[in-house]
Amino acid sequence: MRDRLLLPLLLLIAASLPWVAEAFGTPATTGLATRIAIYAIAAASLNVILGFGGLVSFGHAAYFGLGGYTVGILWEHFRLGEPFLGIVPGSANLLVTFPCSLLVGGLAAAAIGALSLRTSGVQFIMITLAFAQMVYFLFVSLAVYGGDDGLMIRRTNAFLGLNLRDAATMYWLSLGVLVVWLWLLGRIVRSRFGRVLEGVRQSERRMAAIGISTYPYKLAAFVISGVGCAAAGALWANHARFVSPDMMHWTKSGELMIMVILGGMGTLLGPVLGSAALVGLEYMLSGLTEHWQFILGPILIMIVLFARNGLMSLLAPRGRASRG
Amino acid sequence: MTLLLEQLLNGVQLGVTLFLLGSGLTLIFGIMGVINLAHGSLYMIGAFAAAFVAAETGSVFLALLGGLVAAGLTGMAIEFVVLRRLYARDHLDQVLATFGLILFFNQGMVILFGRQPIFVALPPFLSGAVEILPGVPYPVYRLLIIVLGLLVAVGLWFLIQRTRIGALVRAGATNREMVRALGVDIRLLYTLVFGLGALLAGFAGVMAGPVYSVNVGMGEQILILTFVVVVIGGVGSIRGAMYGALLVGVVDTILRAYVPGLLRAVMDASQADMLGAGLASMGVYLLMALVLLLKPRGLFPAHA
Repeated sequence: MRDRLLLPLLLLIAASLPWVAEAFGTPATTGLATRIAIYAIAAASLNVILGFGGLVSFGHAAYFGLGGYTVGILWEHFRLGEPFLGIVPGSANLLVTFPCSLLVGGLAAAAIGALSLRTSGVQFIMITLAFAQMVYFLFVSLAVYGGDDGLMIRRTNAFLGLNLRDAATMYWLSLGVLVVWLWLLGRIVRSRFGRVLEGVRQSERRMAAIGISTYPYKLAAFVISGVGCAAAGALWANHARFVSPDMMHWTKSGELMIMVILGGMGTLLGPVLGSAALVGLEYMLSGLTEHWQFILGPILIMIVLFARNGLMSLLAPRGRASRG
Repeated sequence: MTLLLEQLLNGVQLGVTLFLLGSGLTLIFGIMGVINLAHGSLYMIGAFAAAFVAAETGSVFLALLGGLVAAGLTGMAIEFVVLRRLYARDHLDQVLATFGLILFFNQGMVILFGRQPIFVALPPFLSGAVEILPGVPYPVYRLLIIVLGLLVAVGLWFLIQRTRIGALVRAGATNREMVRALGVDIRLLYTLVFGLGALLAGFAGVMAGPVYSVNVGMGEQILILTFVVVVIGGVGSIRGAMYGALLVGVVDTILRAYVPGLLRAVMDASQADMLGAGLASMGVYLLMALVLLLKPRGLFPAHA
């Protein structure tokens, strides 16, 4: 029952953040909160396969980057006025580019997932990493789209007459997508599909023994997580007005995993907390010293060694946050 | 033809470097079940320590010793402080903790030596080239890497196949629980294997210093290639690591040498170079994906 009151309250606080930041004279906070919201979308998506499905994918930055590049490439062709591959016209309207990003992310995840899920364990971790590296190097080598230097998006996408260049508007859009996505994920997790996925995590062999073919379920979860990461990437491209291969660097995949485990695997709100904690920690430490990674590294090790269930377990010590 | 031979030798040289890293990594995978992302950091630390000692003393042998000692000590410290607590955990925890180690070591090297790459000069008796075939010169130092790498491979084969410790290592890779049940001090064995892996990684770093530049991030570049090697060869298999390393080294080098040239035939030079470099980098990952799809446990699975 507590959640019924708590969640709208949290949402209200989150939504009023730009005004609060303005009132306290720290408008930069809004940009920081946007980053948190966008990474939370990606982390929550990764959590579908990592936390709920128990499959360690080390290559989800690829879908984040693909989502971003879809927006970037469509913009580039819109700017130049020549269609992509001679058939797909460019676009600078979020109502077009966003669904395109989801489609690209979903298709890529379907292809990569279909192949990767034939392996398991260490091999699965490594093959997802390998595919992400392939996508990374592909974009590094595409001189047309800036290669290593990335692609500037001079103008943010149009979206229902809103100005996405305005920090607060961009933040509300990201927050809105995050809330809708979390709601959807909550539905998915509680559905029959979610139960089967949970069963796969606990014991794939047992699920097979009760007559469930697990492969389609794992693949569907993989695609859902890819689509979510692509959505985050599309928002990121509009927020930063810039995409580059760095978006799909393997350390980015690592960061997303850290957010999930930091917040609490297999919990709905955990990745949001994890995203806030990691982005906030990076922001704070980088304000203290140029060598902030020297401090962040040991903190991560401590968290892995001593706080296994993540931040969610601190908020809800008993019950749901604990893993089976 | 001359170019091909040269590139093949370069490929073998990259291959033995990868083998030095991959053999340690595959043993650590196979015996302790640990994914150690920080293996590349040991390589980097070996390279930095050797470059530092070489610059301070000017002695090749002290530099080698310095690199090995630094990598070995760091490896043992990592095992003792962090990894020992992670043997029983799942892969996810290991990946994250060793990811934290990478951040720590990379930034530590930045603090100690700065971000500028360090170039290591070769002593006179190692620079220069020899004619391997009439009219085909090849750098002495690269040949030395190949020879030393192969010697290490033979030494490792002897250690694993012909000594008591090797027998325990092989047994540990096959069935860890059974070895423990037979009364072997498994923690000591783990520390030994980890120390050996760290030494080999440090050795690879020392050798690589003069060929590539010594810089922060060199560890991750080669680490991911090493993972490709280990997975292609089969986790836990030294023999697999050897074949995998040579395969990856040669394929990667040959692709890098020839793909841009082939693309130049169909597009303008600067674009061809960039696209070629990217496609060549993708090559080994494609190879790994293919191998995994055909043989999900690698070419020479240890637990078969």
